[in-house]
Amino acid sequence: MIAQGFADPVLSGQKTFRALMDAMARPGSIQIIDGIKTAPEALGPTMSAVALSLVDHETTIHLDRRLGDDADVRAFLAFHTSAPRTSECANADFALVSDGLAMPDLAAFKAGTNAYPDRSTTLLIGISGFHSGRRYILSGPGIDGIATVSLDGARADLAEQLSANRQLFPCGVDIIFCAAGEIMALPRSTRISEA
Amino acid sequence: MSITYNFAYLDEQTKRMIRRAILKAIAIPGYQVPFASREMPMPYGWGTGGVQVTAAILGPQDVLKVIDQGADDTTNAVSIRRFFETTAGVRTTTHTGEATVIQTRHRIPELTLQAGQTLVYQVPIPEPLRFLEPRETETRTLHALADYGLMHVKLYEDIAHHGHIATTYAYPVTVAGRYVMDPSPIPKFDNPKMHNSAALQLFGAGREKRIYAIPPYTTVVPLDFEDHPFEPTRFGQPCDLCASTTSYLDEVVLDDRGKRMFVCSDTDHCEERRSAGHRGRLLGSAPEALGVGPRS
Amino acid sequence: MYVAVKGGEKAIDAAHALLKHVRRGDTSIADLSVAQIREQLALAVDRVMGEGSLFDPDLAALAIKQARGDLIEAAFLVRAFRTTLPRFGASEPIDTADMEIERRISATFKDLPGGQVLGPTFDYTHRLIDFLLEAGVAPPAPPQAPVPVQAASPRVTDLLAGDDLIEQSPVGAPGQDVGDLTRDPLNFPAGRDLRLQNLARGDEGFLLALGYSTQRGYGRTHPFAGEIRFGSVELELFVEDLGFDVPLGDIDVTECQMINQFKGSHSEAPRFTRGYGLVFGQAERKAMAMALVDRALRARELGEIPEGNQAAPAQDEEFVLSHSDNIQSTGFVEHLKLPHYVDFQAELVLLRRLQAERAAQQSGQDASVQPVREAAE
Repeated sequence: MIAQGFADPVLSGQKTFRALMDAMARPGSIQIIDGIKTAPEALGPTMSAVALSLVDHETTIHLDRRLGDDADVRAFLAFHTSAPRTSECANADFALVSDGLAMPDLAAFKAGTNAYPDRSTTLLIGISGFHSGRRYILSGPGIDGIATVSLDGARADLAEQLSANRQLFPCGVDIIFCAAGEIMALPRSTRISEA
Repeated sequence: MSITYNFAYLDEQTKRMIRRAILKAIAIPGYQVPFASREMPMPYGWGTGGVQVTAAILGPQDVLKVIDQGADDTTNAVSIRRFFETTAGVRTTTHTGEATVIQTRHRIPELTLQAGQTLVYQVPIPEPLRFLEPRETETRTLHALADYGLMHVKLYEDIAHHGHIATTYAYPVTVAGRYVMDPSPIPKFDNPKMHNSAALQLFGAGREKRIYAIPPYTTVVPLDFEDHPFEPTRFGQPCDLCASTTSYLDEVVLDDRGKRMFVCSDTDHCEERRSAGHRGRLLGSAPEALGVGPRS
Repeated sequence: MYVAVKGGEKAIDAAHALLKHVRRGDTSIADLSVAQIREQLALAVDRVMGEGSLFDPDLAALAIKQARGDLIEAAFLVRAFRTTLPRFGASEPIDTADMEIERRISATFKDLPGGQVLGPTFDYTHRLIDFLLEAGVAPPAPPQAPVPVQAASPRVTDLLAGDDLIEQSPVGAPGQDVGDLTRDPLNFPAGRDLRLQNLARGDEGFLLALGYSTQRGYGRTHPFAGEIRFGSVELELFVEDLGFDVPLGDIDVTECQMINQFKGSHSEAPRFTRGYGLVFGQAERKAMAMALVDRALRARELGEIPEGNQAAPAQDEEFVLSHSDNIQSTGFVEHLKLPHYVDFQAELVLLRRLQAERAAQQSGQDASVQPVREAAE
C-alpha cells in the first residue's frame, strides 16, 4: 500500500513552500517543516514534504542508490508526483540524496548555461541536523552581513564543493538540506567558508 | 453550471511550476526566470504576473495589501484585492506595517519594509535592455555575457543631450553585482529602498512570462557614472495634506489657471501621518475626490 | 467618471452594473439566446473558438453574448476559462484526409479525386445588402449534391508527394512530446509545433496583414492554394490503460495547404514546399493567412534570406510569434488606460528642471537653485 502524502495538498503544499521560500531567501536560516509522518522511512517526513511541494510530472528526479532501491520510496514518489526518474545526475531537475555524507560531487549535476542558468539541478540532501557538527561562515544575497551555521552529517569537503559551485555563478546548483522537521537552503549565490 | 476554483484560483500544478521559478529567481538574484505564465481572468498588462506570483505564495495566514500608484483605492488595486478576497478568503489591509504580502504597481511603500514581508511587483516589460534591443535572443546573450555596454551608452547619451540621465522611472539597477535588472516602472525616487531591504522582493511579468527576485539584504545599485552619480527625484516641498517632506508626491490639478497641490502618492503613509496629527497646508481645503473628508 | 483617488470600489461596482444594463439594450426587444448566436452567428463563434483556443460552440456563443459582440473580448473569456480546465492528455493527430467534407476546393487542379465541393461560401456572391433577410424570409431548402461527396478525398499535397514533387510532410518522431504553448514559455527559435500552435491561436487580422505583405513582396513565397477543406474530423485519445484509441467526438476544422515554389539549394532538389494552416470551425481567411505566414517563417530554414539581408516582417519568427496573440496585445495596449501618474509625475519634474536649466542658461543664471515647486495657490 502506498503511504499517504500531504493531509491537505493545497494548504500543506503552500505552507511547505513558504518555508522553502524563506529558506532560499535567507540562506543559513533554519525553517520549520511539518513533515509527512506517513512517509517512507528512507525518505523521511521532511524530505518527503519538500519533494511533494516542488516535484510533479513536469520535473525529472534523480534518486540516490538507497532511495532508488527502496520500493516504498519509488511507489510513494511515483504515486504522489508522477515525476519521471533519471539515473543521470546531469539530467535531473531535482536530486534526492538521503545521506549528506554520501553526497555526490556537485559538479556531477546540471549547472545550467550562461543563457539559461535556471536549467539546473536543485538538490535535496538529508543530514542529521543544524545544531551541532562542523561550522561554516556564510555571506551573500539574503544574509545581513555574515551568518554562522552548523551542519551535522555533511561531507567533510562541503565548503570546497560549495565554493567550486559558487565559482560557476550565475550557473550552479542550489541545495536544500533536510533534517528532522527543519530545513536550510544554500543557493548558488552564497559564499561559504569553514569557521 | 457553477464552477469552484481552487484556493487562490490557480491549480496546484501551476502553483508548483511558479514556486519552482520563484526559488530559482531567488537563487539567481536579478535573473529573469522564464515561466509558463497562465491566462488569468484579467488582461495581460494589468498585473497578471504579480497576481500569479501572489497566488503561488499566499496562504490563509497571510495579510494582503494591494496598491497601484501607491494607493490602495485605485481601480486596479481594488480589482486585484477583491480577486484574492474572493478566491483565497485572505485577510486584507491598507496598513503597510500589517501586511505580510504587498502586491504593487509602480511604487514601493514609504514605510521601511521588514523581514517577513514580501513585496510583489507587477512588471510590464521585465527586460531592461528591451528598448535598446528588441530581440529576446540578443538580450539573452548580452545577459549571459554580462555585457551591459549598451545601457551605459544610452545613459551617457542622455547626459550628452540633457546634462542629466533622463530616465526617471524603471531606472535600471545592478543586482548583487551581476545582473542588470528592470525594477518595474517605479519612480527612481524608490530605487534606494530596494537596496539591502529586509524584505523579499519578487517580480512577476505575466505577458512576458518572466519571474525575478531580489533576496533580502542584497546590493541593488542604480546604473550611473562617477561624474554623474544617480540622483533620486526630490520634491522641494512637503505634502499638502500631511506635511511629509520625505515622500513621493502626486500633483493634483485644482483648476485651469495653474493651481496645483501636491499630495503623498502613498495613501496609507499620508493617512497614518494625518491621524498622528500632522497637518499639511491645504488639508482643510482639499477637493472631495481626495477623500480626506471634513475634519471633525 | 474616472475616479482614481478615492471611492474606487464603489465606482467599479457602478461601472459593472451599468455594463450589464447596456449589454441588454432596449428591453422591449427580445433577448438574444445563446443558441441563436451559435446557429446564426456561426462564423463569429468559429473565430472565438479559434483565437480562444477551445472547441466549444456553446461556450463561445455565450462569451460573444457576454462580450457584447466584441470577439477579442469573447476569445479572452474563453481563454481564461480554458486555463482552469484539467489536462487529460494530448489527442492522436487528426486525419484530415478522412474528413467528412462540407467544402473542398483546389486552385491547382481543375479536377481531382473527390472533386471540387463548393459548400456554403460567400465566394461568388454579389456583396449586396440583402433586405429580404431583414424581412425574415425563410431560406430555401438545402440543395442536394448531384453526386454524393466521397467519404475520403485524398489531400492534394499527398497526390503531389506521391510524385516526389513536393517536400515530404515532416513526421514527428514516435513518442516525441509535442510542445504546449500554454504550458511552457516560448523560447526562440521555436519548433514547428509551437509555431503552428501560436499561429492557430493568433489574431486573424494580424495574420491576414502579414500574409498579404508576403504577396506584395515582403518575403514572397509564390503560393498556390493547393487545397482548402472544411468539415468535421474525429478526435481520438490513446488511453494507456486500455491500450487503444478512444473516440472523443467530432470537431469542425478548416485546413489550408499552400504549395509554394522552391528553387532548391545546394543540398535540396527543386521541389514544391508547404505552408500549413489549420483552424477550428469555418475560417478560410485565417487558415489561408496562417499557411502563408507558416511558409514565410521557414525562409531561414530554406536558405531564402541571403547572408547579411534582413528578414521581411513575415519571415521574422520572433517578431511574428511575439505579436500574434490578440489577448496579449489588447491587454498591453489597453493597460495604458491604467493610472500612470506616478511615472508621469517623475517625467514632469524632470521636464520642468530641464526647461528651467535651459532658461537659466540662456539668461546666464545658475539653474542649480531652481526649485521644483510649481504649485500656485
